[in-house]
Amino acid sequence: MGAAPDRQEVRRQARRSRARRDRATASAATLIVVAALVLAVVLAPGWPSVRQSFLSWDDLRRAFPDILTGFWLDVRMFLATEPIVLVLGLTIALVRVTRAPVLFPVRAAAIAFTDVFRGVPTILVIFGVGFGVPALGFSWLTNDEVILGCTALTLSYSAYVAEVFRAGIVSVHPSQRAGARALGLTAGQTTRFVVLPQAIRRVVPPLLNDFISLQKDVALVSILGPVEAYRQAQIYGSEYFNYTPLLGAAALYLCVTIPLTRITDRLQDRQLARRSTGGAA
Amino acid sequence: MTPVVQVVAATKAFGANAVLAGIDLAVAEHEAVVLIGASGSGKSTLLRCIDLLEEIDDGDILLDGEVISDPAVNVDAVRRRIGMVFQQFNLFPHLDVLTNITLAPTRVHGTPRAAAEARARELLARFGLAGREREYPDRLSGGQQQRVAIIRALATDPRVLLLDEVTSALDPELVGEVLDLIGELKGDGMTMVIATHEMAFAREVADEICFLHQGAIIESGQPSTLLDDPKAEETRRFLQRIHSKR
Repeated sequence: MGAAPDRQEVRRQARRSRARRDRATASAATLIVVAALVLAVVLAPGWPSVRQSFLSWDDLRRAFPDILTGFWLDVRMFLATEPIVLVLGLTIALVRVTRAPVLFPVRAAAIAFTDVFRGVPTILVIFGVGFGVPALGFSWLTNDEVILGCTALTLSYSAYVAEVFRAGIVSVHPSQRAGARALGLTAGQTTRFVVLPQAIRRVVPPLLNDFISLQKDVALVSILGPVEAYRQAQIYGSEYFNYTPLLGAAALYLCVTIPLTRITDRLQDRQLARRSTGGAA
Repeated sequence: MTPVVQVVAATKAFGANAVLAGIDLAVAEHEAVVLIGASGSGKSTLLRCIDLLEEIDDGDILLDGEVISDPAVNVDAVRRRIGMVFQQFNLFPHLDVLTNITLAPTRVHGTPRAAAEARARELLARFGLAGREREYPDRLSGGQQQRVAIIRALATDPRVLLLDEVTSALDPELVGEVLDLIGELKGDGMTMVIATHEMAFAREVADEICFLHQGAIIESGQPSTLLDDPKAEETRRFLQRIHSKR
């Protein structure tokens, strides 16, 4: 075994130098691409005016506190809507997978619900609820645009999330159900203790995806009037003929959505790893 | 004495395909009946029908003399009295070993958690799985998983245990540990209906062997008679094929 350590050392060095070369190549390529992009933008004929109207530090500083306040409204709308979306979505999914004949009307309603609200653009749902519901003139119904907007988002997103949950439920192998029923568990107990826990674990990454999407779509509520981050930036833009605040708003959304995206990726990787190691038998 | 399980003229078809073509079977208390036959001969379907996981088209299935194949019967209540073990174990991957075993006793039979866990630990220890209580199924070998699955079925003290090719999905070197466990249960006097391809095991554990062919029991009898001196041509051919594979 005398020669073995030497050969190991040679291989390790070869691997190290290959890794170093790869890193250098990647850095150089990135540098060239970025430089080319920057040059293309800076050399564009309209660059001086773009720079003035989109990258004005003074305008950003002046508008930022208001945009931040608006963004806080976005966050609150998101936090209020998401839990209701989860509960409603899960309920609709459960209704859709039951086979009890008594529940047929409810099941039909659930199917119609998902078909309609998944098929109509979110912005139209917000319009419909935001302007249609107050027009009904019921005194006991709220006219608060934020509440109406969040209600519309809830309808739209519950339809998506219901389908995500349903996919998870359907993906649990029938043998799991057979195993549970053979032990004497009722259909309800089987769903609760055996099917749902496995289904929910599987759909966490796609659910987070919809979270990210909702965190951006709360901006659509602004069409009803509430001044959230995007709307605030727009108001500022039309007042001072400067659009830098819009970039500020975009940056704020990214501050929330990028971490959420990373969490989603991490969860997805973990699940892939688990699936490839476990459950071989 | 009333048989624990009795099947009377049971038929079942999937579409035009007759899977059970008039099965008669009686399993007395403490008896082990072994079902043999080629894949697709109806062994698994018969077991699934006894556990009411499938409905028979005609005939009757009785448990302790009571008809359970009637559509008006509460299937959950019947299944509580029957234990079933599957080829693919069907353990719940999101629950650890102990919780897999105690789920039915605590949720279905109303056993207090402490008592259910004590019983589960006792069974695990008896069958060489002490210390595995908190492991998840996918951390165990196939043989260990199947032993846990059998313990899970035993934990509710069923009147009869149905074993559906419980060693077919195992690596050859793991088959023995599962068969040994079933042999021990036979020693305890457990009533069992076993579908298997393990002829040596069948000879050892069976009080009666039934040979199924195209959904019918062609021939049945004591192991030595049926395995060594089969009467029907189909039985002979099946046994020859099994032996030539070795």
